[in-house]
Amino acid sequence: MSEEKIGVYVCHCGHNIAGTVNVEEVSEWAGHLPNVAVAKNYKFMCSSLGQEMVEEDIKQEGLTRVVVAACSPHMHEPTFRGACQRAGLNPYLFEMANIREHASWVHQDDKEAATEKAKAIISGAVRRAEELEPLEPFRAPINETTLVVGGGIAGINAALEIANSGHKVILVEREPSIGGHMAQFDKTFPTLDCAACILTPKMFDVGNNPNIELLTYSEVEQVDGFVGNFTVRIRKRARMIDTGLCTGCGDCWERCPAKVIDFVYESGLGYRTAVYRPFPQAVPKYPVIDTESCIYYKNGRCKACEKFCPTGAIKFDQQDEVVVANVGNIVLATGYDLFDARRIPAYGYGRLANVFTSMEFERMTNASGPTNGKVLLRDGVTQPESVAIIHCVGSRDKNTNIYCSATCCMAALKFAHLVKEKTHAQVYNFYIDMRTAFKDYELFYNRLLEEGTHFIRGRAAEVTDAARQPGEEGKLIVQAEDTLIGKQRRVPVDMVILMVAMEPRADASEVAHRFGIGCSDAGFFTERHPKLDPVATMNEGIFIAGTCQGPKDIPASVAQGEATAARVLSLIGKGEVQVEPVRARIDEDRCSGCRICNNLCPYGAIDFIAEKGVSRVNPAQCKGCGTCVAACPSQVITGQHYTYDSIMAQIEGLLYDQRTPDEHVRVLEMEPA
Amino acid sequence: MVDYKQLNPAWGDRAPVIIGFLCNWCSYRAADLAGTSRFGYPATLRDIRIMCTGRLDPAFVIKALREGADGVLVMGCHPGQCHYEEGNYKAMRRVALLQRTLAQLGVHPDRVQLAWASAAQGTIFTETVKEMTEKIALLGPMRWRDNLEEVAPPTQEGVAT
Repeated sequence: MSEEKIGVYVCHCGHNIAGTVNVEEVSEWAGHLPNVAVAKNYKFMCSSLGQEMVEEDIKQEGLTRVVVAACSPHMHEPTFRGACQRAGLNPYLFEMANIREHASWVHQDDKEAATEKAKAIISGAVRRAEELEPLEPFRAPINETTLVVGGGIAGINAALEIANSGHKVILVEREPSIGGHMAQFDKTFPTLDCAACILTPKMFDVGNNPNIELLTYSEVEQVDGFVGNFTVRIRKRARMIDTGLCTGCGDCWERCPAKVIDFVYESGLGYRTAVYRPFPQAVPKYPVIDTESCIYYKNGRCKACEKFCPTGAIKFDQQDEVVVANVGNIVLATGYDLFDARRIPAYGYGRLANVFTSMEFERMTNASGPTNGKVLLRDGVTQPESVAIIHCVGSRDKNTNIYCSATCCMAALKFAHLVKEKTHAQVYNFYIDMRTAFKDYELFYNRLLEEGTHFIRGRAAEVTDAARQPGEEGKLIVQAEDTLIGKQRRVPVDMVILMVAMEPRADASEVAHRFGIGCSDAGFFTERHPKLDPVATMNEGIFIAGTCQGPKDIPASVAQGEATAARVLSLIGKGEVQVEPVRARIDEDRCSGCRICNNLCPYGAIDFIAEKGVSRVNPAQCKGCGTCVAACPSQVITGQHYTYDSIMAQIEGLLYDQRTPDEHVRVLEMEPA
Repeated sequence: MVDYKQLNPAWGDRAPVIIGFLCNWCSYRAADLAGTSRFGYPATLRDIRIMCTGRLDPAFVIKALREGADGVLVMGCHPGQCHYEEGNYKAMRRVALLQRTLAQLGVHPDRVQLAWASAAQGTIFTETVKEMTEKIALLGPMRWRDNLEEVAPPTQEGVAT
């Protein structure tokens, strides 16, 4: 047995731990464990007083290992490692015993069992601590270029903030132009200022910033490396346009005979040509040829665009280009998808002509939209005299998404105002709860109440065209229970707008996996901490901003975009990154050269050194998963910080109260070779 | 306090003890989430954090059973979601082989279980621990030390059922 001096500190965490676990008893008990020199309990170990206590004991008592029994290591491991380091103890000789998330909070109904479990957890941590080895973090220089994925309002702000500080940014956007969903909007709540007027200058800045390399119509295919040193493969899809020659004059799309419905920018309400620029203020100004609808790619004829292009910029044989770039940090701002309203058949979208989605209505009210800003029924001529707005379509619904999409109440109020302004129609809002949190939103709600909009509290059950009562003929009837008066109501209207939910991008989980981050149950990217680390992820150097993290409005997306920029710049400012030294190491003297590990490594980090007949781990490529460690038949690969001995010791420690004397054991013991 | 005697008299005053091997990225975080959400579950699980279920050395499982655990629960990221690409697939192979080997030694395969939970699935984590505790409670104590023949001898496939 080793001769260590271990300090054990049991945290009360206010009542969080002490309310369930008998902390005095546990720390008294821990004091009698072998090699434990100091055992204390304290109200808040993470406070400066708690940390100073640890530092003091390391210096005064000469502690060689520290165990803090408190919360999850994901919460405060860095805190106490810092305390150890300040007192001159190698931070990797610290071990955290998680008796809050894994004991007190989950066994609140059984204090005795929680206390016993806390003892076992601490016993395991103490035994593991004995086996820990001092380590030095892996240091690497940081690449000052940043990759921003997604050119919506969050990504634009992140890119501009970083670029304006003098650092390079690569901004990758899947669509032909940056702008995101905000570019489709007409007005923004609650101020009703025009979306284009505040967005397009920013888009212009992105296009003209010498520090931003803009790759539109492109996608990130592969990500390798670690914080400070990522290598990314970006596929630049062929635009079929030579951007060096194109002036964006528009002759090509004016002559293009192939008209297709624009499901992306016009939300299915308008047409675009096969060679197209999504909208006039697009950045970059160059069009793309959609090869699926282009006549030339179908039958080899047409080439109208090529004939009329004054600069000869049309290149029908252009190929995709793969760009490999080295970047230090990555910001993901990939945005959201809209809920498909067809998934709730009772509302009749796709079946009843005058049921619209919120994005369709958004395009309709946009001055540059398919109706030039007029609010019209599907026939394209009739103005509605009454409009129903149904809230929470695909939100707050057990059958679809249980979360609130956060922005639809305010957008619905904006729509009600715009309908009134443009048509004088009666507007009925069917809502569950009005959610108008955040600055000045409630004032806007009050304004709408004064404008004479009707508010009916109740989730709409159905939209139908089957008239039952006089006055319903030829109308859409919205049926709902008005829960404030406790009555069923049928409201005949000309137009229905469905406030559809924000959903994670269809490929969000695929993208998350590509970048090594997680998704929530709903499918949005998971932040490192929901309150105190909302834009970082569990993968260092990868940050998230905007609606890819969860439903939010424009100001919140902008704030997150700028927050990621601050995080990236603070890392760049340090000049180097420190990476956890959790790595595999091969003892070459004992390696038999069997090469089993070579093929197991998912990162190809293990090389076979032919002249020595042994394998060797490349620490820059190794990510420390430990698969090779577990597979080595000679057991000569060490998984640093998670060594064979440390895990075996932890098992013994955890089961300190279960073991019977050795003479009763009738099985062979497995020992390392 | 749950009375495990009622499920299997062999428990006496003891409660089942399960050793958990949780991967750092998904299942350990799911356990943390169960904690922050105050989802209660039986105090039978004592867990060990490893970076990836790919790190799971079968010797760890045998060690845990030998040291007195009544079961071992290995939890990782969902297939296709591994933080290290495919460590959980390696765990899948290793645990399947281990279950066979243990069955040949007379250990019921249910005593070693493999399950998945993403970092957002505190409920799945909780339910898994509850279900496993129930199974182990019915099987009774492991008592490997003085009772090697706890289940029927292995079938032809090598797995006792």
